[in-house]
Amino acid sequence: MTAVENEKSTVTVTLNGVEIEANPGELLIDAAERHGTYIPRFCYHSRMKSVGMCRMCLVEVDSGRGPALQPSCMIPVGEGMTVDTESEATKKAQDGVLEFLLINHPLDCPVCDKGGECPLQDQTVAFGPGESRFVEEKRHYEKPIPISDTVYLDRERCILCDRCTRFADDVAGDTLIHFMDRGNSTQVNTFPDEPFASYFSGNTVQICPVGALTAKPYRFKARPWDLEETISTAWIDSVGSRVTIQSSRNQVLRLLGVDADSVNWGWLSDKERFGFEALNSEDRLTAPMVRVDGRLEATGWAPALAAATDALRDVDPARIGVIGGARLTNESQYAWTKLAKGVLGTDNVDAQLGDGLPVEAVLGLPRATINQACTPGRTVILVGPDPKEDLGALFLRLRHAVVNDGTTLIELTPTRTGLSTIAAHSLHPKPGEVDLLAAALVDAVSGDAHDAAGVPANAIAAAAASISGPVTVVLGRASVAESAAVTVDAAIALSQLEGVGFLSALRRGNVHGALDMGMAPGLLPGRVPLRAGCDAFDQVPTEVGMDTIAMLEAAASGDLDVLVLLGSDPLSDVPDADLAERGLAGAGTVIAVEMLPNASTLTHADLVLPAAAPTEVDGTFTNLEGRVSVAEQKVTPPGTARADWMIAAELALRLGADLGVESPESIRAEIAVVSPVHAKLTETALADGRVEGVLISGSSIEAPTASGSTTPANDAYSLRLVAARRMYDNGTMLQASASSAGLAASVKVTLNPTDFEKLGLDAGTVVKVISGRGELMAPLAADFGVPAGSAMIPTNAPGSNVNTLIDASASVTDVRVERA
Amino acid sequence: MSYFTAENLETAHEIISRYPRKKSALIPLLHLAQEQEGWVTDNAMRQIAELADTTPAEVKGTGSFYEMFKFHPVGAYMINVCTNLACQLLGGEELLAHAEESLGIKAGGTTADGMFTIEDVECIAACTEAPCLQVNYRYKLRLTADDLDQLIDDIRNGRATDIPEHGTLGLVRQHIPAGAGAGIVAPEQATERPVWLARNDAAAEGREG
Amino acid sequence: MPTYDYVPHAPGYVDNDGPKIVTSRFVHEDSHTLERYEATNGYEGLRRALDRTPADVHEEVRDAVVLGRGGAGFPAGVKWGFMPPGKFPYYLVVNGDESEPGTYKDRLLMERDPHQLIEGCLITCYALGLSQCFLYVRGEMPAAQENLAQALNEAYAKGYVGKNIMGTEFSVDITLTWGAGAYIVGEETALIESLEGNRGMPRLKPPFFPAAIGLYGQPTIVNNVETLSNLPWLLVNGFEQYKAHGSEASPGSRMVAVSGHVNRPGVYEIEQGVTTFRDLLYGDNFCRGIRNDNELKMFVPGGGSAPWFFPEQLDLPLEGRTVGAEGSMLGSGAIMVMDETTDAVKAALRLVRFYARESCGKCTPCREGTTWEERILQRILDGEGRPSDIDKLLDIADNISPGPYPVAADPSQGLDAVPFPPKQTTICPLGPSSVAPITSTIRRFRHEYEAKITKRDSIPVMAAPMSSDPVEVG
Repeated sequence: MTAVENEKSTVTVTLNGVEIEANPGELLIDAAERHGTYIPRFCYHSRMKSVGMCRMCLVEVDSGRGPALQPSCMIPVGEGMTVDTESEATKKAQDGVLEFLLINHPLDCPVCDKGGECPLQDQTVAFGPGESRFVEEKRHYEKPIPISDTVYLDRERCILCDRCTRFADDVAGDTLIHFMDRGNSTQVNTFPDEPFASYFSGNTVQICPVGALTAKPYRFKARPWDLEETISTAWIDSVGSRVTIQSSRNQVLRLLGVDADSVNWGWLSDKERFGFEALNSEDRLTAPMVRVDGRLEATGWAPALAAATDALRDVDPARIGVIGGARLTNESQYAWTKLAKGVLGTDNVDAQLGDGLPVEAVLGLPRATINQACTPGRTVILVGPDPKEDLGALFLRLRHAVVNDGTTLIELTPTRTGLSTIAAHSLHPKPGEVDLLAAALVDAVSGDAHDAAGVPANAIAAAAASISGPVTVVLGRASVAESAAVTVDAAIALSQLEGVGFLSALRRGNVHGALDMGMAPGLLPGRVPLRAGCDAFDQVPTEVGMDTIAMLEAAASGDLDVLVLLGSDPLSDVPDADLAERGLAGAGTVIAVEMLPNASTLTHADLVLPAAAPTEVDGTFTNLEGRVSVAEQKVTPPGTARADWMIAAELALRLGADLGVESPESIRAEIAVVSPVHAKLTETALADGRVEGVLISGSSIEAPTASGSTTPANDAYSLRLVAARRMYDNGTMLQASASSAGLAASVKVTLNPTDFEKLGLDAGTVVKVISGRGELMAPLAADFGVPAGSAMIPTNAPGSNVNTLIDASASVTDVRVERA
Repeated sequence: MSYFTAENLETAHEIISRYPRKKSALIPLLHLAQEQEGWVTDNAMRQIAELADTTPAEVKGTGSFYEMFKFHPVGAYMINVCTNLACQLLGGEELLAHAEESLGIKAGGTTADGMFTIEDVECIAACTEAPCLQVNYRYKLRLTADDLDQLIDDIRNGRATDIPEHGTLGLVRQHIPAGAGAGIVAPEQATERPVWLARNDAAAEGREG
Repeated sequence: MPTYDYVPHAPGYVDNDGPKIVTSRFVHEDSHTLERYEATNGYEGLRRALDRTPADVHEEVRDAVVLGRGGAGFPAGVKWGFMPPGKFPYYLVVNGDESEPGTYKDRLLMERDPHQLIEGCLITCYALGLSQCFLYVRGEMPAAQENLAQALNEAYAKGYVGKNIMGTEFSVDITLTWGAGAYIVGEETALIESLEGNRGMPRLKPPFFPAAIGLYGQPTIVNNVETLSNLPWLLVNGFEQYKAHGSEASPGSRMVAVSGHVNRPGVYEIEQGVTTFRDLLYGDNFCRGIRNDNELKMFVPGGGSAPWFFPEQLDLPLEGRTVGAEGSMLGSGAIMVMDETTDAVKAALRLVRFYARESCGKCTPCREGTTWEERILQRILDGEGRPSDIDKLLDIADNISPGPYPVAADPSQGLDAVPFPPKQTTICPLGPSSVAPITSTIRRFRHEYEAKITKRDSIPVMAAPMSSDPVEVG
């Protein structure tokens, strides 16, 4: 190859006789496709390393030494290259490869899920021979075999393209499926008794180019030509992965990942992918319910709304509370904020359940995007939960950046995470002391290294020395057994690092939209504090209201007359079960607005209003970067369930106010006026950003201030509790998803092997865990990923909920573990 | 997961130390596992996965690529008869047929008493001595049908003392005494130019000067 | 039965009056011991190398045109020059995975003269600045493993390997490692994959030429056992002496194994590029003619992957370029001789079956195509062939290796030779190698195929699955 002039920023290639300009380093297969020439392929995937195995993409390439068949997925464009994708040799090669693939491929099309959207079918028709000359017996395997609870494998259909195994190993880091045996006997399989229990297994079904991998929730449900689809945003967690929602006959049947370069790259966690099943559950609320003689009975909207209005009318605003809101679309959140703060006049609104971070930690610090965090050569500091458990698609992005792009990852986490094996440094501070560790890290950057939070100085110094380039802090609540203040203090310490940006790791659905729309005490829509006022509201509360914990305490003392549960389950999610119970019991009237009844609804709601699901309303969603994307309606709500914003409007109307909301568009128009940071969110901008979304920047919220609190030392007999979320838990939505419900592991208490050995018990023995607040029975386990001195119990696990042990007013939770 | 005996575990660690990356020891560890039990068990693969920092699926995926590893019990004596071209030309297939007849099993099978397994294998690099076979990878060359019968008889009656148990490879292991080695490290730690290449500089300077 | 000039403890090796560059010690029963090695100029080549600069030693090897003896025949010194400067560490991987059908020489070298190989490795590591050497020995060769392990232990003890070799600043470790039964691992990138603890599946070249991106992504030299075994003699005697053997294009000697229907099959060290096939098959110094006074029908000149030769090609010298131009390859020096009693279809099937069983499965044409070829040939042999099968077989072969396939000339049909190498739609040459027996036999012995085909195309085939098929239920 001759030297290329420095001025030229493109590469000239002759493609089928026409000169095209390609990008330097671009793969030939991509350059051709961008210029309208599709080269058939199976093993190539734009988000995974090319392997050049299937040989389908062979084309004749001449780089100066005559034409030769080359795999175009492996060849970067070269200046002066001549490519012929239609030559006789190319066509013969394509015929040949397809014939080879089909000789052992079973004639399953009529019964195969993939039929109609099958690359093998499509490419055989477009590029392959008309007939097969194979007359021998094809390969046979037992078909299909379940390789996990959700994924089935049909080895007869498999064309051994290596996509699924490459995904499992390279992208997810869960090498649980692998090629076995050799040559013509090669098959994909798992290790005996070790299923493909990866949180990301569903992606392999989507990328499989044939029907070898099928997903239990979709098997035999529909043909692609029966499906209607729309692009939307996943609602399961706050990453806001881009999806298409596919439905048939008014029922959502499948979600597929869409490649948004800024967000998820087409990948979804299984929870995001299969979570739609909950929306089709028989338990969906289809009519309002009212509690009569202790039982919830169905009723009509008129009497239900009347009852709600009666409860709300003429109540002192300070005695009204709204807990929840992260489930809602941005528009519904705005409507409810307007109702609560602008009509009812209460500032007691909190979308978080005491299990997140104060709004200043999200809106008061400089923000970074996922792409910024993953920019090659930068540093990410994780002060928060395990992304693999909480924010699956973010985990995959971070993992890619660390493994492939030279990102340095420093973890300041209470236990090992799904990223620990690839992190440059994993530092585990004593629970309740991550702020001290963060401060020590910053000190070490300036040259002053000292021990902190149980982590030795040299480890901190090594971590500090590895920081290169701008830093992104992924910030979230790692453990609900310690107060949020510690994490906020850590953030304040880290905000001194040069060029730092924060990527929020608050996990619950549209919680960031909720904060943007003012669903926190002291906040108004548009990331402005209460005192800034709001022109569109009739009134604005003058006093800063209560957060969830304070509301529950007030309710427990009999000081809350109406408590609205806006898609929330305090009994399960508030990290203080005792407080939640007393609060719900002590509240006057409890009004729940829900899709599915949860523990709080069933035990304490006086009135339940059925809400429409994310696939049943038009709206927008704001992810953890502050990126707004569409979440379109695809099916109609069941029964008489309604959009949340409609419910708010109805209530307002009956209270004599007009919210002025007619449609999601009209709400967005008002938001754009009310909130300067949302001014760019025009319908055109949203339409243009259907895939990438529209990033909203700017905020008038001030940076958080240090709490000034210190964590008490624990006594020698007790362990410090770490309560972290697992991807599969006892959550209502998950348990209503048939395929995922059984995946939640039962509760257990995990100790470091040294602490485990001191107890002298076998793994699996049921022990008693005692805190100052309560006690809990759980089987015992050991794992070196839990540091000595800590005890890890997952939140909301089937069996027992760890929140029985936690006191929300305490900064940490100390526990004793004893024989049962 | 524990499979290896204490002694074999020590050997395993020594083997791992001779590679810049742990995973390179995967095949040698599978051989070690097979030597211990005569075949590769699931537990062996689980422990190898731990030792090599990978998953059991990958251990089995790699191991099953290679014919020598058996994932089910085999006979104490594995008779591999070569039938590739050079041996076929001089009666290799007939030798295999004779073995099948003498032992009453087909190639791939094991005798009921667990003594013998027969396999039909590819070229074992003794082509000038065709027809030939290996018993537990020890060569027996230029065999007639009678020679084969004699061999089977010798094995049955304990006279084949030159043939170790299935899974045993070379009877001598490499050992690098402590301090004698140049030092085996991961590639990231060996990025300096080897010191003796400096001799090239001196010569180059000498030529220039 | 062996005659007096076979060497009993080196089965197959014939001690004739040919060159003794690599087999000089074979006649001694203790040839593998350090004692014998040191008494016969052992480690003298290394000693002399250490008195010169590494670049000097590299130049010597390059000037001697030491052609690779693994099969591809690429000059070692030139291959050495492909490594990018400064991208340390560099590695040496020794390919001791001899598995090519008909090949039998590297095993003898490893078993009988392990120190010679070790010394060759050391010279290479010194010349190129290689940090570690891996001796990859085929798993089915325990005696070679034993003798090499013993030799390594002895060499370490004597300071020939390890830290500060012979008291200099040259330090290198040699790790003995094992294969486990896979022919494909003899391909250099598959060997590297195996050494990384993976399935032995070849990498694509470009970009994964080992000298550029090899073991662990580092520049790696992969050399054959025999190639490296030449170096001690070369360093002691110099490239002029080396070039006094063999021909100008192919200097030095090489080891060949002649097997099959000859009177004296054996392993011979011959003058490269000088000795002809006729010399080998009929010479008194060599195989002394075809058994039972039979006629020669055909022979494989360079291992299972080589297109076949016929009596017309007997006078060609064993030289890479010549043989390549005449439609085959010298490959691994494995000559398999077939006389008039040989069924061409059966012999072709046996080699095709080898490739089908040994295919790694990574790329479509080889994984599916080789087994398909095998099945068709088996059907023909079983009397279940159809007339369309012959051309179908050729077309399948063409989809694995497009274009006219290398084949020997056939004057009786007025057909010219098609020179080596074949093209490939595959990642590595294994798939195309399966085509060699097919094109060679169909072109020459089509009538033998036709004679076996008795059914018409219109009769459906009811062939049972083959025993080698993975018919797995459960």
